[in-house]
Amino acid sequence: MAELRKTPLNAIHRSLGAKMVDFGGWDMPVQYPTGIINEHQAVRQKVGLFDVSHMGEIRVTGKQSMPFLDWLTPNSVIKLNTGQIHYTGLLNESGAFVDDLLLHKISDENFLLVVNASNTEKDFDWIVNHARKWDVQVTNESDATGQVALQGSRSLNVLQPLVDIDLSQIKYYWFASGCFKGLPVLIARTGYTGEDGFEVYCAIDKTEWVWNQIMENGRSHELIPTGLGCRNTLRLEAKMALYGHEINDEITALEADLNWMVKLQKGDFIGREALQKQKNQGIKRVLAGFKMLEKRDIARDHMSVVEDGRRVGFVTSGAPSVTLGFNLGLAMVPVHMKEIGTQILIEIRNKACPAEIIPTPFYKRGY
Amino acid sequence: MYPADFKYTRNHEYLKPLGDGTAFMGITSYAQEALGDVVFVELPEIGNSFNAGDEVGTVESVKTVSEYYMPTAGEIIETNAEIEAHPEYVNEDPYEKGWFVKIKINGDINSDLLDAAAYEAHIAVESH
Repeated sequence: MAELRKTPLNAIHRSLGAKMVDFGGWDMPVQYPTGIINEHQAVRQKVGLFDVSHMGEIRVTGKQSMPFLDWLTPNSVIKLNTGQIHYTGLLNESGAFVDDLLLHKISDENFLLVVNASNTEKDFDWIVNHARKWDVQVTNESDATGQVALQGSRSLNVLQPLVDIDLSQIKYYWFASGCFKGLPVLIARTGYTGEDGFEVYCAIDKTEWVWNQIMENGRSHELIPTGLGCRNTLRLEAKMALYGHEINDEITALEADLNWMVKLQKGDFIGREALQKQKNQGIKRVLAGFKMLEKRDIARDHMSVVEDGRRVGFVTSGAPSVTLGFNLGLAMVPVHMKEIGTQILIEIRNKACPAEIIPTPFYKRGY
Repeated sequence: MYPADFKYTRNHEYLKPLGDGTAFMGITSYAQEALGDVVFVELPEIGNSFNAGDEVGTVESVKTVSEYYMPTAGEIIETNAEIEAHPEYVNEDPYEKGWFVKIKINGDINSDLLDAAAYEAHIAVESH
């Protein structure tokens, strides 16, 4: 097996006593000694700092960047403002996902795409291969870019004293470029937790310094380092998709309940024909959120949704909800099961366990 | 971290013999750490008997689930109701507050069980 890749914060994680795991080929902290539950609650109630330097950064520049990206991705790049970010994806011809990503518009001729770590090379090749007829340059900046995510209601107070940008002026899903104690950074008001927060992009060799500065300044705000374990439970409560779970190269954007980011009217884009056809014919399966009705039942990824003893769907992500006090999950179910209040059965260790479809996101922040 | 008067399985259960033909069982410190925050332990019915190696129930943590097995043949005479309300005891104090069941040992204690030194050697290999 190839050696695991390391972020510039690897030594810090180890010195903090983190439990390290292989996450898509990266040696990443799943949790610190604090534990997933405490880390989850710290982000929900106060603030946590994540190392997300493994994420991929792909830059698209050049005269035709805007029309190219508008054709490459399903969301409307034409309508995106400079300084704004939107959630979108790379779709294949079937309308399913090569990857999902955050697209940042730096100017009409400069866009930053932030993609999943384990998909970076695949995405880069996909973009390059589709860019041949366009006047654009595609650069993989992942190895040169570090990223940390400060998440939780106290994020602004922790970060503000360190930067020369008025963070209160950055709206959700917007970003600004500025200086972090003199260091050029990009600060985006985004995250993968359902909380307010900021993602800070910097030169890779400065990541450790940035991390330490934020941790030090966060001490009085009870900031703690938080790992990928709670990142997963947090994003699940907020119903944010995880590649390989809610979305993959067989699940279409409509099936993943991501209609809002598919702009069928905007003109041609890769996957549009298939999605238009699917929309006209009606989808057969869709992602829905469920709650287990018995406290002891916890659905896990890949478990079957059963009907009349047959597998008719599957759990894409399932876990105990730390914030809500019941066990929840997302499942790909036949459309007749999607309505709120529908009782479904999930097979857990050969036993059909009752669950109910409930509204999503399971958690929505109240500020 | 691995008391000398306990016996251990390779699957990370411990048996704490009380000297009167009964014993507590639970999962080891290594096991609770590997699982992460425990949120639920499925406990058996009192009065049920199991052979050594039989699956007794499951331990659910935030990120995963694992079965646990009977270290030695016996009958369940008590279950730890405390861990239903406080599953975190399994992480915080696996050998005192975080035990799973009390058993009445049938026959001799399973001779395949490891002593503390052998168990520590076992996990040193496994965690490498």
